[in-house]
Amino acid sequence: MERIPILQMGQFLLVTIQVDMHDQLALTLQDDLSERISATSARGVLIDISALDMVDSFIGRMIGTISGLSRIMDAETVVVGLQPAVAITLVELGLTLPGVSTALNVERGMKLLRERVGTQ
Amino acid sequence: MAALGQHTVQKIRSAEVQLVQEWIAALEATGATRNLKGDELRAETKEFLNLITSALEQGATAAVGTAQWEETRQFLERLSRNRAQLGQDSNQTALFIFSLKGPFFALLQNEYSDQPQVLAEQLLQASELFDALGLHTIRTFQASREAVIRRQQEELLELSTPVVKLWDGVLALPMIGTLDSQRTQVVMESLLQRIVDTGSEIAIIDITGVPTVDTLVAQHLLKTVTAIRLMGADCIISGVRPQIAQTIVHLGLDLQGVVTKANLADALALALRRLGVTVTKAQ
Repeated sequence: MERIPILQMGQFLLVTIQVDMHDQLALTLQDDLSERISATSARGVLIDISALDMVDSFIGRMIGTISGLSRIMDAETVVVGLQPAVAITLVELGLTLPGVSTALNVERGMKLLRERVGTQ
Repeated sequence: MAALGQHTVQKIRSAEVQLVQEWIAALEATGATRNLKGDELRAETKEFLNLITSALEQGATAAVGTAQWEETRQFLERLSRNRAQLGQDSNQTALFIFSLKGPFFALLQNEYSDQPQVLAEQLLQASELFDALGLHTIRTFQASREAVIRRQQEELLELSTPVVKLWDGVLALPMIGTLDSQRTQVVMESLLQRIVDTGSEIAIIDITGVPTVDTLVAQHLLKTVTAIRLMGADCIISGVRPQIAQTIVHLGLDLQGVVTKANLADALALALRRLGVTVTKAQ
């Protein structure tokens, strides 16, 4: 079964979504990620979706859920690389992703994560 | 439908030069020749007369939709397009055709002065033909005018949404004119694309040039701000005039924690502070 790789970088987890997300894949990612956070006691999760050019309401909700569940497990989530078209779609769908931190690119995302974790 | 008599058509052919001369005189008298070059007008009138004569020689009726009128129609379409581009109004364009009526009717009157019945018949036919041709011209004129307006609207849409770079990492979008859904869409797309291209962290939307803010405009603004935030950048709205601030409060609009500033300078100062840049006077 296809899976999205989750990479560990120090105290952070890195997820780069390179393929078209379908619902089952999103659910698997959610499960895998929560397992990995608990196994590695990661302090932050960085999700790069710059390769995604289409996001539906389900994937939008999934991003919110991942952010919520990692916060409960004491890890900050930053979503990076939203494409303009994706951002417009999410806004039109009424999904404003409250509580999800976003950054323009991976570099800025890592900086944001370090700041967040450092201040805690 | 009966056509103009072949005798009449032959008469037109033979009196061509005189007709054109009288026609141009009539055009000049009505003022329809403003902004037009004399040579061009002469060429146009000659060509048009030639076209209708040859169509009539083929036995064409006043139904200008038929194949016999094809070339004439194309000529008129070209003519009215040119006129629309020269900025002439529909009146002047229509006069081009209708001014031919006078000299033409005079010609008929001369020819058939001793046959009142034939004269009446031919006059009616000619009148119908000119009306049909004139209407066709107006229709094309209108269509080309509308095309001009559409193109200008599109250009306006493109021109009215320039995204400017104020500082390294600070973009500004001075909005001018009313915000509707279509414009918001264009603005949003161009701004978001520029944010990605330049990697800017702060975008300033200046609404000094937006005449009124109602619930719909506020909603459009909020959408744009939300999309910018989703991308991971931040947005400041500047140029909120006192009246607009009052309207927003009166309407009970919730700007959901969007930072607003009175003018662009304040917004830039805030953006620079966030970036950790200080601006000082040189000693």
